[in-house]
Amino acid sequence: MDINKKFADDFAANGVDFITTVPCKQLAGVIEELERRDDIFHIPSNKEDEGMGLCAGAHMGGKRAAIIMQNTALGVTINTLATLIQYYRMPLPMLISYRGELGEPVACQVEMAVHTKGLLAQLNIPTYHFHRPEDVAEFDAILKYTFMCNKPVAILTDATFWGGYDGEGDAK
Amino acid sequence: MIRSEVLKEIAPIIRDELIVCNIGIPSQELHAIDDQPTNFYMLGTMGLASSIGLGLALAQDKNVIAIDGDGSVLTNLGTLPTIANNAAGNFTLLIVDNGSYGSTGDQPTYAGMKTSLSKVAEACGCENVVECRAEDTGEVLEAALAGDEMTIIVCKCESGNAKMPVITMDPVVIKDRFMKAVQA
Repeated sequence: MDINKKFADDFAANGVDFITTVPCKQLAGVIEELERRDDIFHIPSNKEDEGMGLCAGAHMGGKRAAIIMQNTALGVTINTLATLIQYYRMPLPMLISYRGELGEPVACQVEMAVHTKGLLAQLNIPTYHFHRPEDVAEFDAILKYTFMCNKPVAILTDATFWGGYDGEGDAK
Repeated sequence: MIRSEVLKEIAPIIRDELIVCNIGIPSQELHAIDDQPTNFYMLGTMGLASSIGLGLALAQDKNVIAIDGDGSVLTNLGTLPTIANNAAGNFTLLIVDNGSYGSTGDQPTYAGMKTSLSKVAEACGCENVVECRAEDTGEVLEAALAGDEMTIIVCKCESGNAKMPVITMDPVVIKDRFMKAVQA
């Protein structure tokens, strides 16, 4: 199974056609897939809170929007999540690369990894952790859940899920 | 002219357009001057008016005007390259540049010193940037709305705030009413 295609297919099948991204090595394949297809509008943003602003506007314009980002950026989005996305009750799937988990080669990534679930829990954001490749099967249901409850929902995808880092396995 | 005087002057022009209005006193002023269902008031999240406005403009066909401030644009400077590279003809970014952080006590911003936001916008790739005097804002805005090119307006005005009440409308009500106006 091509995980990158599965994410994009599920987005498209759930009507999510406005996606903003800030890159991460682990997410490169998904971003490439979004760029390739014409049923999803991909707009890169320079910072994750900016991206959430784009998603908020698209939502109010009648689109289903999503953000793809790295967990280290969670810190810069706290205010936006609390006072924009949650305060105005906006649905927002957040597909997040969970850096700093098992297999991580860069020590500094662990410093935000240890806060990731704590921050999400503090914000009462429903959080799903994809650790095995087969976990991706739940993505479709998570998208449906997000647009049912009008909340930001986090999907953390760790290195084991992605098949390790370069040289350690198949990135797909 | 201060911001509230600019808003009073452009109120009849923007009345039926979709407005995303900056957090704090700008939203309070617009709300008091001419509250409309087509106004989206930001109650939090400094800096994102231009991003929300762009997202909205890209998602549907009606004109969108984001009323932003120099301090807020400086907070989210990364917005200008995104706007430039995803130009939406129905989008106008009106930066009310009074050289100060109005909502927090009129502390000076760098835009009131050496930094030119119109030049920054141009350097970011925005192709239609107009810097104008506060007195000319209405005229420049009307021209922007009449055209089909995305326009960034930097309105140079004086620092100062009108004393207006805090917006007590529930955020979900603001959004619901706004989304109905978008769809109307």
